[in-house]
Amino acid sequence: MGEIHTYKRRNILSGFLFGVGLVAFIDEAVFHQLLHWHHFYDLSSTTWGLVSDGFFHALSWFATVGGLFLFADLRRRKRLIPLRWFGAVLLGIGVFQLYDGLIQHKVFRIHQIRYGVDIFYYDLIWNVTAVLLIAAGILCISLARRKQYVRR
Amino acid sequence: MSVDKLALCIASFGIFAYLLAMKYSAKRFKNWPLYRLVLFVSGTLAGLQAVSGSVAMQAHHSFVYHMIGHLLLGMLSPLLLVLSRPMTLVLRALPQSGSKAVSHLFCSRYARLIIHPITAAVLNIGGLWLLYTTPLFHHMHQASWISFLVHLHVFAAGYVFTLAMLYSDPVAYRKSHMYRMVVFIFALAGHGILSKYLYVNPPAGVAPADAQAGAVLMYYGGDLIDLILIFLLCWQWYQTAAPKTSLPATKTAE
Repeated sequence: MGEIHTYKRRNILSGFLFGVGLVAFIDEAVFHQLLHWHHFYDLSSTTWGLVSDGFFHALSWFATVGGLFLFADLRRRKRLIPLRWFGAVLLGIGVFQLYDGLIQHKVFRIHQIRYGVDIFYYDLIWNVTAVLLIAAGILCISLARRKQYVRR
Repeated sequence: MSVDKLALCIASFGIFAYLLAMKYSAKRFKNWPLYRLVLFVSGTLAGLQAVSGSVAMQAHHSFVYHMIGHLLLGMLSPLLLVLSRPMTLVLRALPQSGSKAVSHLFCSRYARLIIHPITAAVLNIGGLWLLYTTPLFHHMHQASWISFLVHLHVFAAGYVFTLAMLYSDPVAYRKSHMYRMVVFIFALAGHGILSKYLYVNPPAGVAPADAQAGAVLMYYGGDLIDLILIFLLCWQWYQTAAPKTSLPATKTAE
């Protein structure tokens, strides 16, 4: 019984980590490299902003790779609950985006979403999307839980 | 110029010794895989390129080239060399008394201290902070013996750190995967923070534009090599955590 709980938690952990890694990668690839909206460093960052950015950047690599290896481990043990895992991915994406949008962009001022435009709507869309993703993630996880309950 | 020749001598001696050890180990054990020789040679060449090739020539004037050299010498070369498992090969090649002495050395208090993940990370990343945020960087370009010591430290610290993360050679008193991953995240963060710090605070005598290009290279180049390390570390965990299906009696809640 304890083992089942371990793997249920591992479904969440794996999905969450992968979500965080995925959104960090999308952020880097799309907003930094393709659109050039974000800057590498816009000189208004606080010291804590640099530290926070450094840690999240390091963590995001580990999250992507580690999350996928945990996923592989769950599959190998036939303990994967796809909907639960997917919900955790959405949750991870949403939580990281909200942290990025509120703390890293606004409090630590690492960089803004875009320069030379009215930033308010960008921030609004960014953070509302994050909240919606978190809600969708929680919904998926609870649906998965209900489905399992019915099956038993 | 003399440093170039010295590096070349060390490199050729290293490759020669590796080949010799391969020959001797094959007498008692099965053949040492050829791909490890390829790893060793490419690691040596990467390191050599950083200290005596064209990269080293340019590095005196350009911070970007200095950074390429740093990535080669401190990260890529150690990674390739660690993966070629030279210590294991030496232990196999030496006669029993010799390998006993070597393994005694590995178990010594000094070796234990150095190979501890936290010490290795501090030596590696702390050394970089020391180099780039103090006048040491300036002095390095003035005196060749300081330059030599700095390069030696960058390489040695990179090697020990990589070994302390991957444990591809026999290491006494091992730490768990989780422990090493946490230390690694701190080290990687320290590297990333330093590169962004250098972006705005160039080391003494480096033009801002040059420093910015070098800092960006340090950030993404470091990422790329660390991604390989992360993959290998997670892969090791994945292998050790495999469910033991063949022996159901000994199956635990691992």
